[in-house]
Amino acid sequence: MAASVGRICGAGLFKSNKTNCLRQIKSFSTTREWTTGKKTLFGSLGVLAGGAGVLIYALDKSVRASDLELHPPENPWSHSGWFKSLDHASIRRGYEVYKQVCAACHSLRFIAYRNLVGVSHTEDEAKAEAEEQMITDGPDESGNMFQRPGKLSDYVPGPYANEEAARAANNGAFPPDLSYIVLARHGGEDYIFSLLTGYYDAPAGVILREGQFFNPYFPGGAISMAQALYNEAIEYSDGTPATASQLAKDVATFLKWTSEPEFDDRQRLLIKVIGISTILLAITYYAKRFKWSSLKTRKIEFRPKNK
Amino acid sequence: MSLSKTIYNTLFKRSSTFALTCVVSAFVFERGFNLGCDTFFETINKGKLWQDIKDNYTQ
Ligand code: HEC
Repeated sequence: MAASVGRICGAGLFKSNKTNCLRQIKSFSTTREWTTGKKTLFGSLGVLAGGAGVLIYALDKSVRASDLELHPPENPWSHSGWFKSLDHASIRRGYEVYKQVCAACHSLRFIAYRNLVGVSHTEDEAKAEAEEQMITDGPDESGNMFQRPGKLSDYVPGPYANEEAARAANNGAFPPDLSYIVLARHGGEDYIFSLLTGYYDAPAGVILREGQFFNPYFPGGAISMAQALYNEAIEYSDGTPATASQLAKDVATFLKWTSEPEFDDRQRLLIKVIGISTILLAITYYAKRFKWSSLKTRKIEFRPKNK
Repeated sequence: MSLSKTIYNTLFKRSSTFALTCVVSAFVFERGFNLGCDTFFETINKGKLWQDIKDNYTQ
């Protein structure tokens, strides 16, 4: 063991030898034989690609000051950052908010009650949640649809039978399905939070039609959804004070989970990927040094025949 | 006999033991690595995960 460690270190594993490196580039580079034209071509291609990358990055980072909308500030979510999981107590409270407030207008049709099990609810609780809902099933033997209490495998039923009914009930505006809303809007959960807490009296000059409200975070500013969250709008079963911002935070976390149910697994996997890659990189580095050691340590001597 | 010699003679010298060593060490490494990573994840996220709060809802 000690011998092999000695050998590794002897091979200069931890020594940096920049001059060696430069010399190698010089003698092993494949571009030396290129014509000037080819070098220029590849040089300009590289510059172009790099420039395009910088441009795209700059455009993405720009403040977009010409848009007539307010961009949501980034909030310090407990799940933003490397290796951070979602806050499951918050998901559970967010489900309460959805069920008691948003479900009056918004569907959540890609989430089934079984999805809640082991995330925010126990199996018994999820069953009880499902049984509260009446689900249309069928047809039975005589061809009629019938109503039955929900099961774990049922998807969350929506408030309206179809889009037309939803529009008719909301002044012609369609309340979108919330399952994937966090992925479907710029700003993600920050946008949801800002939207829900961002209602103001319309400033002078902004004309709202009937049933519209002023919200600077909504593109255009005139949204057909009334402010849904107020302090003490609902009561949390875990006793958390239900301020408007708490409600918004929890429902945004819940909707983050419905959009990315695999979020926690991804964070967990990141740890493993980084760990394994580090080990593999170290092994690869050592193997390369090891395989090349004989070639790199040889000496070529030129002995002229002077006899 | 040095340690590396012993290891070589008992584990790596014959193909049968070599293959067995590969399989067993892969298993042990995988278990250990996953356990380590999961423990790390669960430690830095303590209090936020379902396993930390589920006792509030099951009696
Ligand atoms: C009174 C019915 C009603 C309630 C309650 C309600 N919404 Fe809405 N919501 C709407 C309508 C209508 C729209 C469409 C607005 C528009 O397009 O102008 C909408 C739009 C939205 C949008 C999309 C905005 C966009 O960028 O297009 C989100 C997100 C949203 N609602 C979230 C929620 C959340 C979260 C709740 C619960 C806290 C909630 N809503 C409660 C009626 C409602």
